[in-house]
Amino acid sequence: MNINATLIGQSVAFFIFVLFCMKFVWPPVIAALQERQKKIAAGLDAANRAARDLELAQDKAGQQLREAKAQAAEIIEQAKKRGTQIVDEAREQARVEADRVKAQAQAEIEQEINSVKDALRTQLGSLAVEGAEKILGATIDQNAHAELVNKLAAEI
Amino acid sequence: MAETTASGYIQHHLQNLTFGQLPDGGWGFAHTVAEAKSMGFWAFHVDTLGWSLFVGLIFILVFRMAAKKATSGQPGALQNFVEVLIEFVDGSVKDSFHGRSAVIAPLALTIFVWVFLMNAIDLVPVDWIPQLAMLITGDPHIPFRAVPTTDPNATMGMALSVFALIIFYSIKVKGIGGFIGELTLHPFGSKNIFIQALLIPVNFLLEFVTLIAKPISLALRLFGNMYAGELVFILIAVMFGSGLLWLSGLGVVLQWAWAVFHILIITLQAFIFMMLTIVYLSMAHEDNH
Repeated sequence: MNINATLIGQSVAFFIFVLFCMKFVWPPVIAALQERQKKIAAGLDAANRAARDLELAQDKAGQQLREAKAQAAEIIEQAKKRGTQIVDEAREQARVEADRVKAQAQAEIEQEINSVKDALRTQLGSLAVEGAEKILGATIDQNAHAELVNKLAAEI
Repeated sequence: MAETTASGYIQHHLQNLTFGQLPDGGWGFAHTVAEAKSMGFWAFHVDTLGWSLFVGLIFILVFRMAAKKATSGQPGALQNFVEVLIEFVDGSVKDSFHGRSAVIAPLALTIFVWVFLMNAIDLVPVDWIPQLAMLITGDPHIPFRAVPTTDPNATMGMALSVFALIIFYSIKVKGIGGFIGELTLHPFGSKNIFIQALLIPVNFLLEFVTLIAKPISLALRLFGNMYAGELVFILIAVMFGSGLLWLSGLGVVLQWAWAVFHILIITLQAFIFMMLTIVYLSMAHEDNH
C-alpha cells in the first residue's frame, strides 16, 4: 500500500473518462430524453385539443340538428297553411264559377221563356182568331180585327 | 495457494503488482513487499491501473454505444438502462447543485458508474483473479489485487482530481481574491481592521483544514470501506484453507452473506462518492461569504 505514481495514472484516466463522458455520452442521451419529453408534452396537448374539438363539434352538430328540426317544423306549418289557402281559393273560385254559370243559365232560361211567350202570344192570337171565326161561323176580317187581336195577345 | 500460512496468504492478497525501478537499477515488477517499498514514488500498480482502465473502458464503450443510438422514440433495453442511470444522476445533481455547469453532471455520472464497477470486482471471489494472473504469468508468487478501490492510490487519485476541480471552480467563480478571502476572513470577522488582521491566521487554519479534509475524507471513506470489505472476504477465504470441513462450510455461508451485504456497500459507496463530489463542487460555486 505505497502511495506512488499510480495516483497520477488514476487521475489522468479519470479526467479522460470524464471528458469523454461529457463530450460523447451525456449530450446525446440528454438530448434524446428532452426531445422525448417534448414529444410527450406535445402528444398530451394534442389529445387535449382533440377532446376540446370533439366537444365543440358535438355542440355544433346538436345545434344544427335543432335548427334543422325547427326549420322542418316551420316548412310543414307553411305547407299546411298554403294547402288550406289553396283549398279556400279553389272553393271560392268554384263558388264564383257556379254563380256565373247559374246566372247565365237563368238568363238563357229567361230568354227562352220570353221567346216562347212571344211565340205563344202570336200563336194564341191566331188561335183566338180561328176560334172566334169558328164560333162566329164567319170569317172575320183579319185586317179589321187585327188591332183587337193584337190588343188581346198583348194582354196574355 | 502460494502461501501456506494464513498471515502470508493475507499479506500476499494485500500486495499490489508494482512496476518500478528495481534496486539493481533496471525496471521491472517487484517480487516482495520490501522491493515494492524501495521503488519509492515513481512506481505503478499495474493491477490497479489495468483493472480501473478496463472497467472504465467498459463504462465508456457501453454508454457510448447507447448514446450513439439514442432516440427520442421508443428506447431499447440498453438505452433504457442508460437513461435510468442518467436521469438518476441528473436528478441528484439538480437537487444539490443550483448553478449551471456542463461538467458536473457527466462528472457525477462517470464517478458513480466507474466507482461502482471498480467496487463490483470485489464480488468476484478473492482468489479467482489472482489465480488467473498466476496462470497467465506462470509465476506462483506474483502479487495481484483486482479491486482498484482498495488501493488508496486509486481513490486518492480521483479525490485529488475532484479537489483540483474544487479549487478551479472556486477561483473561477469567486476570483483569486474571493477564494483567498473565503479562506482567511471566515468564520471570524471584525469591523476593526487590526482585530481582523489578528484573526486571519486563525481563520486560515480552520478553513484550510476544512478544505484539505474534503479530498482526504472522499478518498479515505471509499478506500476504507472497500479495503475492509476485501479484508473480510480474505479472512473468509482463509477458512477454506483451514482444511476443517465445518469451518469451510461456515465460510461458504459467510461468503454468501457478506457478498449480499457488499452489494449494498459497493452501490452506497459509489453513490456517496458521487454525492459528496456534487456537494463539494456546489459549495465551490456558491459565493455566499
